Amino acid sequence: MIKGRVHSIETFGSVDGPGVRFVIFLQGCAMRCKFCHNADTWKMESDDMRSADELIDQALRYRPYWGDEGGITVSGGEPLLQIDFVTELFRKAKEKGIHTVIDTAGQPFRREGEWFEKFKALMDCTDLLLVDIKEIDPVKHRKLTGVPNDNILSMIRYLNEIGKPIWIRQVLVPGWTDDPEDLKKEREFLDGLDNVQKVEVLPYHTMGAYKWKLLGIPYALEGVQSPSEKQVKEAELILGAGEQVRVSGEKSA
Amino acid sequence: MRNEWRGFKGNKWTDDIDVRDFIQNNYTPYDGDESFLEGPTEATDILWGKVQELQKEERAKGGVLDCETEVVSGLTAYGAGYIDEASKDLEKIVGLQTDKPLKRAFMPYGGIKMAEEAAENYGYHVNDKFHKIFTEYHKTHNQAVFDAYTPEMRKARHSHIVTGLPDTYGRGRIVGDYRRVALYGIDHLIAKKQEDLANCGDGTMTDDVIRLREEIAEQIRALQGMKKMAEAYGYDISAPAKNAREAVQWLYFGYLAAIKTQNGAAMSVGRISTFLDIYIERDLKEGTLTEKEAQELIDHLTMKFRMVKFARIPSYNELFSGDPVWATLEVAGIGMDGRSMVTKNDYRFLHTLENMGPSPEPNLTVLYSSALPENFKKYAASISIRTSSIQYENDDVMKPVWGDDYSICCCVSATQTGKEMQFFGARANLVKCLLYAINGGKDEKFLDKQGNHMQVGPEYAPITSEYLNYDEVIRKFDTMMDWLAGLYVNILNLIQYMHDKYYYESAEMALIDTDVRRTFATGIAGFSHVVDSLSAIKYAKVKTVRDESGLVTDYQIEGDFPRYGNDDNRADDIAVWLLKTFMKKIRKHHTYRNSEPTTSILTITSNVVYGKATGALPDGREAYKPFAPGANPAYGAEQNGLLASLNSVAKLPYEYALDGISNTQTINPGALGHDEASRKDNLVRVLDGYFDQGAHHLNVNVFGIEKLKDAMEHPEKPEYANFTIRVSGYAVKFIDLTREQQLDVISRCIHEKM
Repeated sequence: MIKGRVHSIETFGSVDGPGVRFVIFLQGCAMRCKFCHNADTWKMESDDMRSADELIDQALRYRPYWGDEGGITVSGGEPLLQIDFVTELFRKAKEKGIHTVIDTAGQPFRREGEWFEKFKALMDCTDLLLVDIKEIDPVKHRKLTGVPNDNILSMIRYLNEIGKPIWIRQVLVPGWTDDPEDLKKEREFLDGLDNVQKVEVLPYHTMGAYKWKLLGIPYALEGVQSPSEKQVKEAELILGAGEQVRVSGEKSA
Repeated sequence: MRNEWRGFKGNKWTDDIDVRDFIQNNYTPYDGDESFLEGPTEATDILWGKVQELQKEERAKGGVLDCETEVVSGLTAYGAGYIDEASKDLEKIVGLQTDKPLKRAFMPYGGIKMAEEAAENYGYHVNDKFHKIFTEYHKTHNQAVFDAYTPEMRKARHSHIVTGLPDTYGRGRIVGDYRRVALYGIDHLIAKKQEDLANCGDGTMTDDVIRLREEIAEQIRALQGMKKMAEAYGYDISAPAKNAREAVQWLYFGYLAAIKTQNGAAMSVGRISTFLDIYIERDLKEGTLTEKEAQELIDHLTMKFRMVKFARIPSYNELFSGDPVWATLEVAGIGMDGRSMVTKNDYRFLHTLENMGPSPEPNLTVLYSSALPENFKKYAASISIRTSSIQYENDDVMKPVWGDDYSICCCVSATQTGKEMQFFGARANLVKCLLYAINGGKDEKFLDKQGNHMQVGPEYAPITSEYLNYDEVIRKFDTMMDWLAGLYVNILNLIQYMHDKYYYESAEMALIDTDVRRTFATGIAGFSHVVDSLSAIKYAKVKTVRDESGLVTDYQIEGDFPRYGNDDNRADDIAVWLLKTFMKKIRKHHTYRNSEPTTSILTITSNVVYGKATGALPDGREAYKPFAPGANPAYGAEQNGLLASLNSVAKLPYEYALDGISNTQTINPGALGHDEASRKDNLVRVLDGYFDQGAHHLNVNVFGIEKLKDAMEHPEKPEYANFTIRVSGYAVKFIDLTREQQLDVISRCIHEKM
């Protein structure tokens, strides 16, 4: 049995998918987003190794709180870096009738070879994906995150092809991800998709900065403020966030 | 049927005194939403504005606006009093404790020294004649208790292994069935009590019969006094109320009688919402009342509950910070027949928090079940999110024990309205008991006259090993708990005896059946720390650190251990064991007047005071730091988020803690959801999931830590004047807490995921 490298558990996840959710944060991420508020999940190693069964048993303790909507969300770190583990976890979750969500930035996505086959298998037991678009412009994306975004956009297009519902999440960092032209481009991209159920603009905050300090890494966005309510509203308007979006993807069970 | 009862159904309640039967036959369940609610009337705005001005003045004067020094409080000690003489016609519901709003009465029967000290504390001097009267001519409860205390009891009190005892103030927690005044009128109640007196005993004068006959006579006198009290306001309450306005007013007079004659810690109002809705519905149907006017009645009644005050001494304020009176008032619940008891009036009471802003009083309590109408659950959740002013208690676990007409008589304890009374008994410090087990009954903090650690508990053999052995600790703890349970129950027996004798609650008891069922409420403090300490001893290695006398004063923990609050059975099983074990030990002892013993896991704000008196613990809590409140997990223990913490608390069996299991949680709005609709839905999910697992109580606070810090530093900002938070068992204006308690609240875990 494969074990997952776990960073932490949040039994009361209320913002990572529909309803109340059991959120498993996995350890390890290859992106180095300058605004990351979970820098402590970057490194690949973890002392906390858990089997899918253990996590399912633990998650089921919280089923009384889930109502009709809630379930399990796997976040990170980058969960797709542990695709074998997440697939096993979600297969078992579906056996128990649990709603499954992946919160991903899509960086490990490859539309080819063995990895792609694995991804397809994972999608068979995944109800919804929360996909971060860090920045639509490829050059700015690389500068902001250290990695390109072509495969990330490719993943979103693939999910659209198979009709897999997604929520798009855009972190709004003043001076970095709030260029109206880029947001318009992103809106154009999203308008070409049929599987987007929701678009959320998440205002950048500095509450994760202390973790960089603890890790001994100089904070990359020193001095950058959270966006004002007005800035958030403007971005939401451009992206069409909050609108009940053009759903075609099947409403997950 | 009498004209006052026109249109009402049922006949059992017309022959006997049976308010429950009246309610079940006549209430109208409501499962719609809140859109029918009305805003405040101009009169409400004017009166509430005036009260807020007075509250501001009160705060500016150090917490007390005015204090009586010349008149002993009583039903007819004063004539009529109004919020503002000039605008008294605006007051739809009238009646004050004294002659002026927010003026504190002089109530010497609990203890003259305390009554004097309370006044002195705020710069008032009680007329010296009263000192003479209440020491030389008339004994008080406090003096009587101290006459009878044994040296062992005094030591236990001194060391705070038992504390907060009602030996210096009224025991409270007795809820008169104030609805009876409205439904039956005073004359009928007097006639029924006279019948009881005529049938009390067969002429053989045993202690019990003598005492009961005297008590019934006192009750009748109190009922007569209530009529006179109401007459001062121009009302004749000898007959039943004819309409909604009279029903609200009559009921309030019943409650006013209680708060004029008793200064109990908790002076609860009870389950009045559904009852009053019946009168409002009838008036609405008859076309004599509009919704606007109905809301105004409830707003004005609530305003009166917000104005209840007692003069307290500083040590009392440390225990119960922020001037609470526990004017606890219930809404919702499900009837025995399965019908929801939510009425429009339940919305109206919650709506007072919108019409007049957040407030700690009345202590609004939702009797919760996941089977309540979804609309109501969402409305309550939205009010919680906006005001942090309400608490939730699980009707599904209480109903099988107490039926469907119980009230909450303090923070979390249920009592059958009009059928039961409770002997309130504060709490025992089980953490200190654990330390006594380790140290052979010697106190880790308090010294005797020779400067040695005071021998408070029995001189059992202390633990002498360097590392603590779980089995040995459990064995000794068990024996020490035997001692504590026995001593504690007997202290309470003595206190309750004297309270009955010297400070009998005749006004409240007049509104309760003569053949009353009594509960005997004990309590536990330091619960989570005992659990974590035992878990540390069991799963990690705990090394003792001793002072020069050999007494253990500190502990070093090697390794990790599971803590209560993470849904981890290794720790949670210890928690269940602890509760059951303590309750079984309490049950072994005779309890005063054959009362039924219960216990609570509830501290109010006394977790700070208890902590101050208690040394370092094997769970790593430093000496003299506050305990976690109520049944809450220890600070910083919760590592898996809110629901794991709730699951741990939900495992505690209510059947072993019928006096209640208090849990207080603070959630950052951002951690509850991204928008208002999802926050509301998610809070309902939390409540459903928690209570469906059999948990008993939840205080819900929704705010961020930044707001608390800002309010502590800038209490003068207008937005903080009514900033209300829930603490263990009640609500309080944050700026009214002592700084020490504010820091304690801030240091507690706020659930806010990044």
